[in-house]
Amino acid sequence: MSAEAHDHDHGHDHHEHEHHHKDTFITKYIFSIDHKMIAKQYLITGIIMGIIGIAMSLLFRMQLAWPEESFKIFNVLLGDKFAPDGVMANDIYLALVTIHGTIMVFFVLTAGLSGTFSNLLIPLQIGARDMASGFMNMISYWLFFLSAVIMLSSLFVEAGPASAGWTIYPPLSALPQAIPGSGTGMTLWLVSMAIFIASSLMGSLNYIVTVINLRTKGMSMTRLPLTIWTFFVTAIIGVISFPVLLSAALLLIFDRSFGTSFFLSDIYIAGEVLHYQGGSPVLFEHLFWFLGHPEVYIVILPAMGLVSEIMATNSRKPIFGYRAMIMSVLAIAFLSTIVWGHHMFISGMNPFLGSVFTFTTLLIAIPSAVKAFNWITTLWKGNLQFNPAMLFSIGMVSTFITGGLTGIILGDSTLDINVHDTYFVIAHFHLVMGISALYGMFAGIYHWFPKMYGRMLNKNLGYIHFWVTAVCAYGVFFPMHFIGLAGLPRRYYTNTNFPLFDDLQNVNVLITTFALVGGAFQLVFLYNFFSSIFYGKKAVQNPWRSTTLEWTTPVEHIHGNWPGEIPHVYRWPYDYSNPNHDVDFVPQNVPMKEGEEVLHH
Amino acid sequence: MTSLLVIIVLVLLAVALWQLTKIFDLTQVGSSSDDSQVASDNDNNIQGYVMFGFLAFIYIFTIYGLLKWGGLALHTPASEHGLLVDNLMNITWVLIFVVQFITQGLLYWFSFKNRGHKDKKALFFADSNKLEAIWSIIPSVVLACLILYGLYAWNNIMFVDKDEDVIEIELYAQQFKWTARYAGQDNVLGKANVRLIEGINTLGVDMSDPNAQDDIIVSELHIPKGKKIHFKMRSQDVLHSAYMPHFRAQMNCVPGMVTEFAFIPTYTTAEYRELPFMVEKVSNINKLRSEKSTELVAKGGTALDPYTFDYLLLCNKICGASHYNMQMKVVVDTPEDYKKWLSEKTTLAQDIKAAAAAEKPAEGAGATTDSVSTIAKDTVKAVIDTVKAAVAKVAMK
Repeated sequence: MSAEAHDHDHGHDHHEHEHHHKDTFITKYIFSIDHKMIAKQYLITGIIMGIIGIAMSLLFRMQLAWPEESFKIFNVLLGDKFAPDGVMANDIYLALVTIHGTIMVFFVLTAGLSGTFSNLLIPLQIGARDMASGFMNMISYWLFFLSAVIMLSSLFVEAGPASAGWTIYPPLSALPQAIPGSGTGMTLWLVSMAIFIASSLMGSLNYIVTVINLRTKGMSMTRLPLTIWTFFVTAIIGVISFPVLLSAALLLIFDRSFGTSFFLSDIYIAGEVLHYQGGSPVLFEHLFWFLGHPEVYIVILPAMGLVSEIMATNSRKPIFGYRAMIMSVLAIAFLSTIVWGHHMFISGMNPFLGSVFTFTTLLIAIPSAVKAFNWITTLWKGNLQFNPAMLFSIGMVSTFITGGLTGIILGDSTLDINVHDTYFVIAHFHLVMGISALYGMFAGIYHWFPKMYGRMLNKNLGYIHFWVTAVCAYGVFFPMHFIGLAGLPRRYYTNTNFPLFDDLQNVNVLITTFALVGGAFQLVFLYNFFSSIFYGKKAVQNPWRSTTLEWTTPVEHIHGNWPGEIPHVYRWPYDYSNPNHDVDFVPQNVPMKEGEEVLHH
Repeated sequence: MTSLLVIIVLVLLAVALWQLTKIFDLTQVGSSSDDSQVASDNDNNIQGYVMFGFLAFIYIFTIYGLLKWGGLALHTPASEHGLLVDNLMNITWVLIFVVQFITQGLLYWFSFKNRGHKDKKALFFADSNKLEAIWSIIPSVVLACLILYGLYAWNNIMFVDKDEDVIEIELYAQQFKWTARYAGQDNVLGKANVRLIEGINTLGVDMSDPNAQDDIIVSELHIPKGKKIHFKMRSQDVLHSAYMPHFRAQMNCVPGMVTEFAFIPTYTTAEYRELPFMVEKVSNINKLRSEKSTELVAKGGTALDPYTFDYLLLCNKICGASHYNMQMKVVVDTPEDYKKWLSEKTTLAQDIKAAAAAEKPAEGAGATTDSVSTIAKDTVKAVIDTVKAAVAKVAMK
């Protein structure tokens, strides 16, 4: 195998040498530098973090539906201190909310989604033997793992984990006098995030370099599958914006530990005046959202790429408007870096800035609309194969539209005044980036599971998983719009102090019920996932009859991906049902027929 | 009881799940013994129909939601600019529902219509500049209109004319309570800084500022109907957000800076209580509360008070453990009632004088016992306070 590869391989010899050494358990499964193994490590870590993040949300949803009632489960999971007599304490409610947000945004939907599929698919789909730097890739994963461990360890700190919201606005996050979680818990949060950012940057740089340099012969940028385009652009946004969060975190550490005043000024708390002078919390908000907003696109763009790819394959049709899809990804990426102020319309920044950010924000709706319509048109007159991955892809388009439309309200500074920080916002962003990105991730897992584990997931369990999740996702987040429009603020431990909100309680109970059911049905997925790794039906090489290069590799994983020469690419990735061919899919490595016209899609 | 219910629901769901797997397994029986785990024609057919069913679910759930919960949304705005906000909101809602109805319809209809079959071949339709132009240009035009309207409204709301005749009120936020400061006769708020907080002067008002002499501090906000109120917000410790949902008003309170928001209230509290939708809302809430009360009393607790509507100022930015209960009652009076209410309040300067006077005799009584040490302590404290105040004044400049 290796000898044969040597003959044909150009410039990847260093990988080939490794084939002569036998992999030990440690080099194969733990400190692996093989991108496919690293992808699986990201996935499993992401899933474990996802279980924790979702479980937390179920706990605080129970508190919201049945405020200050005693539940045995609270006592078991949170302990006597955080849930005395089984009643959740008010600062622990905030801690759960904070850590839920942090885990889901960064550890599940950034690392778990983009980390998994960028690692798995970039080398396989562009025809490379591995990432540009396998070693850096390994370090990237282990830093991610370390940051996850630190984040989880903060749950066991005496005063509780960080509880200033996932946006950690100072002064609340800077002063342990303001909330207990801003002591050691917050320190661990900041350390964990700093390491996470380092991990993310290493991963992103690797993805960028790999896509630019290691494409196989014939794989021009306009022959890249849309997955690769989105991973590539996501990595670029990450490299641009994550360092800004790092600087914000560092300055916050300085304020907390060394007495500087970057974000703090004129504070009187716990009976004394603090020495801080001249800093501004608004500055922190700017720095945070300079990452924070692109971050939501870091989360959703890979999901969009996965969905585009899966939809084309399962529609047996080319993705509609390939170039328009690329242009809209680029437009979204560019706009995403100049809209952060829409999180701050009422932060006290100059209202004129608010006007500018309203303008840029609403512009994002245009490329988003193009994408949504292109997906819908891809389905039109297709020959849809309803594999579970396809269901999740259609579900993703559905929730992306539903959640995206309310963005027109939130992005408009005038309308934002009254729905800012209410449950309306919660409904909006959970649908548009939370659920949509999760659907994208599930779609990816169902679709590429055979590539990762050489076995198939059970489709019937997949169907059940999708339909219950789809109903529950709408059941949870659709009613939230209404209680948000009623003016109910987010991050309230209980609403019982406001008789005004008494009529919203039934809705909260309904939401929690949907959440519990939806959460319980994720067990179906977990069972399917873990049992199929070992007992699933053995996969064939190209189960979905797809055109992209990853399906030309053998089912059994090998270091270097292809046993022989790396395949060359002759056509774009979406030759499904091409009328010039008898079969309904023509893989990218099939040469053009004599006289076949090269289309400029 | 509720936890038991939850457990029962979960058990039932588990049973339902088990049965569903069986049904899905059974649907496979007829269609050969294909266990490739790739969707078969039979799967495509079933899932296509479920897709159609899901479209029905979305539509029905939306309509059900609108009917059942639509009434929960904030109703008639109680401020002048609120009409502008709500008008824009309603236009946006119409647009959203139209787009949502069409796009979800197309998405699931195409899914149902084009469900796969092995004898079918998809149409090779890779792109169309015309179509793409249509769905780039239409959203652009529609959004341009929304942006223009939105910016017009935003400018009207956010920019307070300096020469306008307004009432200046400071909203002061701290963990976990609100305080309001009225500018008094001169309608100018005196300077303030947290470094000047001392004793009864809990807002750190600079008493050496002539403008501060007639400032009035209260814990319940009263504002007159029909007059523009210019709020200036300060925070003492962490970020807070002054949210007055009925007035469509919100602004963060940021330590170290003064933020502002202005509006004209258009309904007095009494008038707003009489609006038909509010009468209905309050009676519904009271029905819920009396049901809850019966339950509570049965358990040996105390019954809930019946609810009467009042405007509220809520904290809407996470500010600590008791964030969920940081509120202040807001009362909109007729201009006459407002004047009367305000005239009954004492100024901060008077309060400080009274407090000092009350403290003196008490001090005199205590001086007889261990006078020397007390006096010494007081002197030292006074000196330190003077120095502190001086430093703060320098810092403020």
